[in-house]
Amino acid sequence: MKFAPRLTACIPAFMLLTSAGLAHAESTLRIGLGSDPDMLDPATARTYYGRFVFSAMCERLVDVDQHLQIVPGLAKDWAYSEDGKTLTLNLREGVTFQDGEKFDAQSVKYNIERYLTLPGSLRKSELSSVESVEVTAPYTVVFHLKTADAALLMQLTDRAGTMMAPEATAKGNVAAHPVCSGPYEFVSRVQQDRIVLKRFENYWNKGAYHFDKVVFLPIPDASVRLANLRAGDLDITEGIAASDTATVKADSNLQLASTTGLGYMGLTINLANGTANTNTPLAKDARVRQALSLAIDRDALNQVVFQGQYTPANQAFSPASPYHADIPVPKRDIEKAKSLLAEAGVKTPLTIDFLVANNPTSQQVAQVLQAMVSEAGINLNLQMTEYATLLDRQQSGEFKMSMSGWSGRPDPDGNIFSFLNTKGGLNDGKYSNPQVDQWLQEARLTSDVEKRKALYKQVVVQENLDDPLVYLYFEPRIFGINKKVTGFVPYADGLIRLQGLALNK
Amino acid sequence: MTVSVISVTTSLPVREPNRVLRKFLRNKSAVIGAVLVVTFALRALLAPWISPFDPIKADFMAVRKAPSALHWLGTDELGRDILSRLFWGARTSLMAGCVSVIIAIVIGVPLGLIAGFWQGWLDSVISRVVEALLSCPFLVLAIALGAFLGPSLGNAMIAIGLSAMPIFARLTRAQVMSIRNEEYIEGARAIGLPDRWILWRYVLPNVLSPILVQATLAIASAIITEASLSFLGLGQQPPDASWGAMLNTARSFLEQSPWMSIFPGLAIFLTVQGFNLLGDGLRDALDPRSE
Amino acid sequence: MLELVVKRLISAIPTLFLVTLMVFSLQKLLPGDPITAMAGEERDPAVIAQLREQYHLNDPIPSQYFHWVGNALRGDFGTSLRTQEPVLQLIASKLPVTLELSLLAMIVALIIGITMGVLAAVNKGTWIDNGTNFLALSGISIPHFWLGVLLIMLFSVKLHWLPASGYVPFSEDPLQNLKTMLLPAAVLGTGLSATLMRHTRAAMIAVLKADYIRTARAKGLLPKMVIMKHALRNALVPIITLTTLLFGELLGGAVLSEQVFTIPGFGKMIVDSVFNRDYAVVQGVVMVVAVGFLLMNLLADVLYVLVNPRMRRA
Repeated sequence: MKFAPRLTACIPAFMLLTSAGLAHAESTLRIGLGSDPDMLDPATARTYYGRFVFSAMCERLVDVDQHLQIVPGLAKDWAYSEDGKTLTLNLREGVTFQDGEKFDAQSVKYNIERYLTLPGSLRKSELSSVESVEVTAPYTVVFHLKTADAALLMQLTDRAGTMMAPEATAKGNVAAHPVCSGPYEFVSRVQQDRIVLKRFENYWNKGAYHFDKVVFLPIPDASVRLANLRAGDLDITEGIAASDTATVKADSNLQLASTTGLGYMGLTINLANGTANTNTPLAKDARVRQALSLAIDRDALNQVVFQGQYTPANQAFSPASPYHADIPVPKRDIEKAKSLLAEAGVKTPLTIDFLVANNPTSQQVAQVLQAMVSEAGINLNLQMTEYATLLDRQQSGEFKMSMSGWSGRPDPDGNIFSFLNTKGGLNDGKYSNPQVDQWLQEARLTSDVEKRKALYKQVVVQENLDDPLVYLYFEPRIFGINKKVTGFVPYADGLIRLQGLALNK
Repeated sequence: MTVSVISVTTSLPVREPNRVLRKFLRNKSAVIGAVLVVTFALRALLAPWISPFDPIKADFMAVRKAPSALHWLGTDELGRDILSRLFWGARTSLMAGCVSVIIAIVIGVPLGLIAGFWQGWLDSVISRVVEALLSCPFLVLAIALGAFLGPSLGNAMIAIGLSAMPIFARLTRAQVMSIRNEEYIEGARAIGLPDRWILWRYVLPNVLSPILVQATLAIASAIITEASLSFLGLGQQPPDASWGAMLNTARSFLEQSPWMSIFPGLAIFLTVQGFNLLGDGLRDALDPRSE
Repeated sequence: MLELVVKRLISAIPTLFLVTLMVFSLQKLLPGDPITAMAGEERDPAVIAQLREQYHLNDPIPSQYFHWVGNALRGDFGTSLRTQEPVLQLIASKLPVTLELSLLAMIVALIIGITMGVLAAVNKGTWIDNGTNFLALSGISIPHFWLGVLLIMLFSVKLHWLPASGYVPFSEDPLQNLKTMLLPAAVLGTGLSATLMRHTRAAMIAVLKADYIRTARAKGLLPKMVIMKHALRNALVPIITLTTLLFGELLGGAVLSEQVFTIPGFGKMIVDSVFNRDYAVVQGVVMVVAVGFLLMNLLADVLYVLVNPRMRRA
């Protein structure tokens, strides 16, 4: 047949090509994410998953270590003034951005001002205490604050403190090609398929990073993500489902790493948002809410839905946070719940409309709750809603009770202020307690850890009496890793940090 | 939704039920299909009486147990008996299938009749709308409608019904147009018989056979679509049983508890297959040209 | 012929207009504000209000629609609210994926469908006939998402033959690309093969009964050759027209397969965008799919007329 000679002639060429490829084999780390990140511009980004990419691609003024303590980043050291209204940062020298620009105090000023003034910037509220940024020396920058803000430094460990290359960013269309100063630079992105980064050759700490390329692969389906890991198509993945941990542990090619996260899940109760849904015993009488909380067996919930991997919760601060208040989670007490309801003069069964997001986990939790609280005479009417609709209804007050969570922030203020403060932006239930407001404000103003702990503990105690938010559980961060990968350390904020990671051949 | 290009018939097989029945019974696949459908319908209707357990009541002691003498098909993630949930899920599927198809027929057939019989500008408008609806990917339309109306079984049925309507409209129109020019129709109009009477007495019976066939196939398609919508989180909501929703939750436990995925999947397959075979058999039986 | 084509193209315009109007209205009626949905956790009311202004989301709905149409006519389909990427660019990047998946699925469907159809027709009435029909129907009756997950478990996790999900562009690595597309194409293709099989069977049976076939048989040509040469060639005609119709359907229909196998095609994008209320993306994609569908219909009609000039268009 005619084509065979040509084909055989191709073979040596083919072999040459593949061997050439093998000789220069790039080491690539493939990371699985639970969802496609949104815009790769720290000013407008809002997804949790985007932070994974920023962690590899960019650098921040300061960072956190494993124990959520603040450590130097692009700033070598820092100091607050006596009154807490000035923050001075001394910057690292000799750092360049991925396009060759020099990093200095001017770059910091540019970035912070951009976060404060760019229309559509979601960092404005995070940096709301910043009045102005002043360059006092080539590598020294001073933040002038409107009020003392203990949470500011923590904000600078996240997107609000991410430094982009000023010239490249000023050109516009940042999300299409972000330019930062981190160990890996942006190569390409296909929406909902992959984000590819390659090693930044002039990174100041190049030696600590052992991969040539990093590829992020968003795979929304947890079981498909796991299948990829097991098939060897992923090296690391975040978001291993609780029910899959046994499978990962049993697989000799994989290792499991998990840590308590900072996020929680709870029941938001509409106390005062609009009048249509707040004329109920649930909204008006704290005893009814306490009864609800007492009717829930958080341990059993953890066992049934999460195979015991999650942690029961009664506050916003998880055990991973230094501000976790040492108050035991109440055990289920049906008798007390019933008597509280009787005291409040409620006729059982009490029906509560319950808004739930229509994903399998939330639905499971909701059904378990429904079964549990029915024994105390509370009848939960489950209303499964699509996520976008749920957010809408929560904001506009079209709900009586809704199940919603928070992914968690390292600084305690970020976990509680917006939810409980009267003017909090995420306070959908419109809870308002002037005493709590005062404690929350005070906790913002001081950097003294002990003082803040005491204040937050008072808030937690009060919260457990008022029960505007019934906390259910803290979510762990569970990672599945190929055995060949060494050096992985799980962080409580759930992000994968690439420093020190290596592939064992 | 599978496109069914229905061949147009011109005689009146409805007048010869015996012949149709005999042809049907000779077709083994068709009979199998009929048996599957009848079994499914019986299970659905008798669910409250034949289910060994309460399909909704959670039992935390029996979470994800393998099939045993007590729970023939095992239990699900909340300890509920899968066999019972399959029976109740059959009710959901039966309703989803029948109601959505009824909606599709009730809206689609009259539109098709009007378009086909009177033609003119009415035809143009209706055909445009139908074509526009058909150009939209069926599932996308169902999803958008489902999201708009809110996740629930009722809304899913409306969504599926509306998405399936165009096919019935188009089918009816084609059928009507082919009959319209027949002599007896022209004769009837010439005598002065009112159009409505002609439609009712002559046109509609002729349209019935392909519609019946299409309806059976549409029920099959609707059942899968309802399962798909439940799979995506729209459609029947927990704790009520739905085969699609059961498959959705079963995905997280594919390896640990395979029985959670196998049985609902099988149920869907057998039921839908039954309707498809039945529809096929009906088409062959009603087609006067096959022997 | 040309007249037919032009007439149909012109009549397609109001249909397209209707499609976009319908989809737009439907989306606008969906509860949930896209900006809030996008902002998710990081809801800052001031920022949300400002973004709504920027994207004209506070304008009355009809004016929003005409704003969109005006831009669309100039080739600007807007940008994705989620990632700021221009919709046209998004579509251009996903189109080859969906086209490839549709093409491969079509090939699978044709191979399975035509083979089974011929088998069934030649052995009409026997158990082979019934058996192939049963098999073909199974393709439609099995829920794709279920089949997909099961296949992933078998071929990727247990056997390690194929990748579990994801996509590699053909230009980058042809072999890997085919590997990633194999399972989803197979799942989609089996669904389509039933319709193709049945039409092949019907067409073949009709042709086999024709006089000229009997003549060829009488002439003493081998039965197999008779079938292949004369019958199949003629039976292929309606099959071709059906294929073009189905292809049009495929363009938008791979929704669930793409979801399960994480193929970055249209189907997945539409669903995600509907749930994210990313209006511009849904509009753009539905437009493209509708155009594709209408073009395929036109192609099918043209082929039909070409082949059978006795057919009068109603």
